[in-house]
Amino acid sequence: MSRTTPRQAGRRLGRAWLLLGFAFLYLPIVALVLYSFSDSPVPTRWGGFTLKWYAALGHDREMLNGLWLSLQIAFLTACGAVVLGTLAAFALVKYRRFRGRTLFSGMVSAPLVMPEVIVGLSLLLMLVSVQRVLGFPERGLLTIWLGHLLVGMAYATVVVQARLQEMNPQLEEAAMDLGARPGQVFLLVTLPLMAQSLASAWLLTFTLSLDDVVLSAFLSGPGATTLPLVIFSRARLGLDPSVNAIATVLVSVVAVGVAGASYLIARAERERLRAASQAQRASG
Amino acid sequence: MPVAVSPAKPRSRPGRGRLAVIGLPYGWLLVFFLLPFLILVKISLSEMDTVVIKDLITWADGRLQLTVTGANFGYIAQDPLYLETYLASLKYAGITTACCLLLGYPFAYFMARARSTVQPALLMLVMLPFWTSFLLRVYAWKGLLGEHGWVTQALAALGINSLLARAGLVPDAAQLMNTPFSLLVGMVYTYLPFMILPLYAHLSKMDMRLLEAALDLGATPWVAFWRITVPLSKAGIIAGSMLVFIPCVGEFVIPELLGGPQTLMIGRVLWDEFFSNNDWPMASGLAVVMILLIIVPLALFHRYQAQSREAGQ
Repeated sequence: MSRTTPRQAGRRLGRAWLLLGFAFLYLPIVALVLYSFSDSPVPTRWGGFTLKWYAALGHDREMLNGLWLSLQIAFLTACGAVVLGTLAAFALVKYRRFRGRTLFSGMVSAPLVMPEVIVGLSLLLMLVSVQRVLGFPERGLLTIWLGHLLVGMAYATVVVQARLQEMNPQLEEAAMDLGARPGQVFLLVTLPLMAQSLASAWLLTFTLSLDDVVLSAFLSGPGATTLPLVIFSRARLGLDPSVNAIATVLVSVVAVGVAGASYLIARAERERLRAASQAQRASG
Repeated sequence: MPVAVSPAKPRSRPGRGRLAVIGLPYGWLLVFFLLPFLILVKISLSEMDTVVIKDLITWADGRLQLTVTGANFGYIAQDPLYLETYLASLKYAGITTACCLLLGYPFAYFMARARSTVQPALLMLVMLPFWTSFLLRVYAWKGLLGEHGWVTQALAALGINSLLARAGLVPDAAQLMNTPFSLLVGMVYTYLPFMILPLYAHLSKMDMRLLEAALDLGATPWVAFWRITVPLSKAGIIAGSMLVFIPCVGEFVIPELLGGPQTLMIGRVLWDEFFSNNDWPMASGLAVVMILLIIVPLALFHRYQAQSREAGQ
């Protein structure tokens, strides 16, 4: 065996570090999936293959109701966050100077880092004050949605903003020079160019909302228990095989969703490139 | 930027569009982000009156009265429990940030040095855990670090458990769960991607010719790393550290699931004041102090974010 050069040694160290890092990141997910098939009431002991925890999920009214409420909130959050986030990203990228820009950009990114207990508590205190005066809103779907929208909007803004910044403004200018009205430019040029980032912002805010515990706990009412709240209260008591089963279901759904979305995005990108090269050949 | 508007014409369409594009999200944030904070501060200054929170401003006998109390903050300052909890929160957040940086910097570095064809795949692998439930991934550590958990057994086989016990991170070598150690594992695990991503963004943009120049001029690889690579990724280090540190200070879910009784953090205390004691002014007071503690890092984060955005253009 030949002696290793420092460069080779560095490459080996790098590979090992990345491998261990990814093992660390994926270990809990693998454990959840494996133990959801374990026929043992203690979820850390292997007790032979079973599907009984999945069968039990079908009768678990608390989980199913929580899942339904969570899906509704996540859908509404993702739609609202993409709209507000896109507007905010446009304001920050396209209109570089306006009054109060510093305050605006601060408020947009603060929910990204702010501890959720603070965001949840302050929003709840306001909603309670409003309710005392106006008699609504009752705590439930609407109030949870408001909280999730606040955080979701921050994430959506970051994703869309990154795309807008790398977008070539000449494409829009060219369309305008060719006589397109601002609305047409937006619909026919800007929107298709951003479609990918809008899709990933939608998916990201959807999954974030589906996952949130703290905001939901502050903003939910007696009749509105989201799935994470159900899972959290069970997990606090100890290990519960039903949690492993629902975890595996969610992980698979997300994996399929993300894989499908990236496939569609990659296909659209390939077609766009082919169309561009064909157009170039035709003109050349 | 001065804009010439002829008085005869009504405002043009783009003007109205601009107003809507800025005004909608701006107004929304003012109402649902800033206003709640002002109300939080207001309530932290009021006292509890059996079940209702007393109003700060009341109208009595034809006179406006302002009732402000610093009592909530007095309690926070006097009670050693609160002070210790704040200190513990800062300590755990600091250790988590340091561990994330130590693990995440080489990770991001090697990612940025990987072949450009595999980089998108590596990035995707770092992002993927974001798409799966954070709550469930933290819950999984309960099993992994439990009595018969894989990690517990692996660490015991390597003799690390007794080292941890000697370092005071676990009470004895037999128990890893519900200790400062399990809390830190959970926090480092959860926040590691938040450190890796900004670091990778900066390291992958780096101009490699600078490193070659340093090596040509006789610097050793180690010196080149310290004098070129680290300073160039400073904005990434700061952004990553803030993205980890600030939410860690107020973290509630991880200490609740993995921390056990020894590790009291301020997020949990606030939660208890609110949900168990129903003392809303006290909970608000704790939140206000927490905001004061993180406002400097937050401002730093924001400044460096703006800087790196400018650098990216």
